[in-house]
Amino acid sequence: MGVINLRGLAGVGVISFVCLPLTAAILPEQRADVLYHLYDGGGISVGGPSVLVSKHLTQNASMSANYYVDSISSASIDVVTSASPYEEERKEKSVGLELLHDNVIMNFGYKVSNENDFDAKTSSVSITQSMLGDLTLVRLSYALGSDIVGRTMSSPEGGRVRDPDFSEDVRRQSYGLGISQIVTKKLLLDFVFDTITDEGYLNNPYRTVRYLDPNNLGAYLRESERYPKTRTSRAAAIRFAYYLPHRAALKGEYRIYNDSWGIEASHYQLAYVHPQGSQWLFEGRIRSYSQTGANFYSDLFSRENAQNYLARDKELSTFSDFTLGATATYNFKTPGWFIERGSVNFSYDRVSIQYDDFRDLRVTGVNAGSEPLYNLDAEVIQFYLSAWY
Amino acid sequence: MHKLTALIVVLLCLSGCSITPWVKPYERAYLSEESMKLSRDPVSSAYFNHVYQARESARGAEGGEGGGCGCN
Repeated sequence: MGVINLRGLAGVGVISFVCLPLTAAILPEQRADVLYHLYDGGGISVGGPSVLVSKHLTQNASMSANYYVDSISSASIDVVTSASPYEEERKEKSVGLELLHDNVIMNFGYKVSNENDFDAKTSSVSITQSMLGDLTLVRLSYALGSDIVGRTMSSPEGGRVRDPDFSEDVRRQSYGLGISQIVTKKLLLDFVFDTITDEGYLNNPYRTVRYLDPNNLGAYLRESERYPKTRTSRAAAIRFAYYLPHRAALKGEYRIYNDSWGIEASHYQLAYVHPQGSQWLFEGRIRSYSQTGANFYSDLFSRENAQNYLARDKELSTFSDFTLGATATYNFKTPGWFIERGSVNFSYDRVSIQYDDFRDLRVTGVNAGSEPLYNLDAEVIQFYLSAWY
Repeated sequence: MHKLTALIVVLLCLSGCSITPWVKPYERAYLSEESMKLSRDPVSSAYFNHVYQARESARGAEGGEGGGCGCN
């Protein structure tokens, strides 16, 4: 985990890698995907593979499995200003089972994620009902996550090992409601509402906050972060896809969010998808996100133990980001092969994050609180092959 | 307020039994186009969710379901 907040990455959302049809209760496609991903920005490089396979077992049952790796090399601003650059790996494995009965699909999922200082297990279940002549899908979901937060320490033999004296628990629950609706011959709508609760050790065990040094004007000292033991969040999103001439489509989404830590957020995304001939598909997209900070966040506290809860995690600060991205897909048929068809995909996104209340501590020689605000640009690259059989 | 909500739910349930689909199955060709899928590639959608969850506080209500209309 290092000082990157990977805690939420295990996620407690329903484990559903299958692509359910919008408004018909049928099993997901039989397909396999092999993806290589790379995130590079802010001194952090995260790359690795993801392999996803979905296969029908019978006419009414389907299984899916996913293997995902994050290989992390971090010299982020948190690391370079308070620790040493490090490398680590996170592996995630998940399986899903989908059962179809009349107009109902039941989905059961299980996921494990392991790092050198963090373990997560998540079980999930969802039920999806098709109704109104397959114009509407209603989906209810529940997920239960159990995490163990650890900490690494320097080993006498070199490198880092898990601290045997530090182990904390987190319990996460997620409840979801989704409705997908065919509105017209050209318009699909999708509405999702999720609420998530966390209980336990929600801190990052490495991160510190800073406060003004009472004995040295313009300087600062550090103390450990302290987070509340619970967090409850709510998120609601609406998505649409609208058919345009030449088999193109305009797609969009808008999500609002708030939680018991005082964070309010929203984002919108717009995408235009354009087929070119029978084999090429191009997509361009923009995404804009903004959030307010947690009510116990501060870039610089006025004194030691200034309040009950203390945070200086930039993900809990006030900031906004903007993403510009595109995907190119080449589809091909494979007559006579053991697969029916396939596709080759390349995706590139550029994310720019502007922090409004998180200062760049790499800048020294100025009074505490006068450092310039931090911002970063990151590249997100995906290359993947897909096969349908 | 609760009575009104209950009434709406009851009416929706009753009307749900009698509603005739206003978009017939044979009228869903546009909706089945690949470009219309809200989540064309689950492996890629999951990765995008992962990237944003790591850098933003908001969580939940991500995409990833949707896609097509089962009318091919």
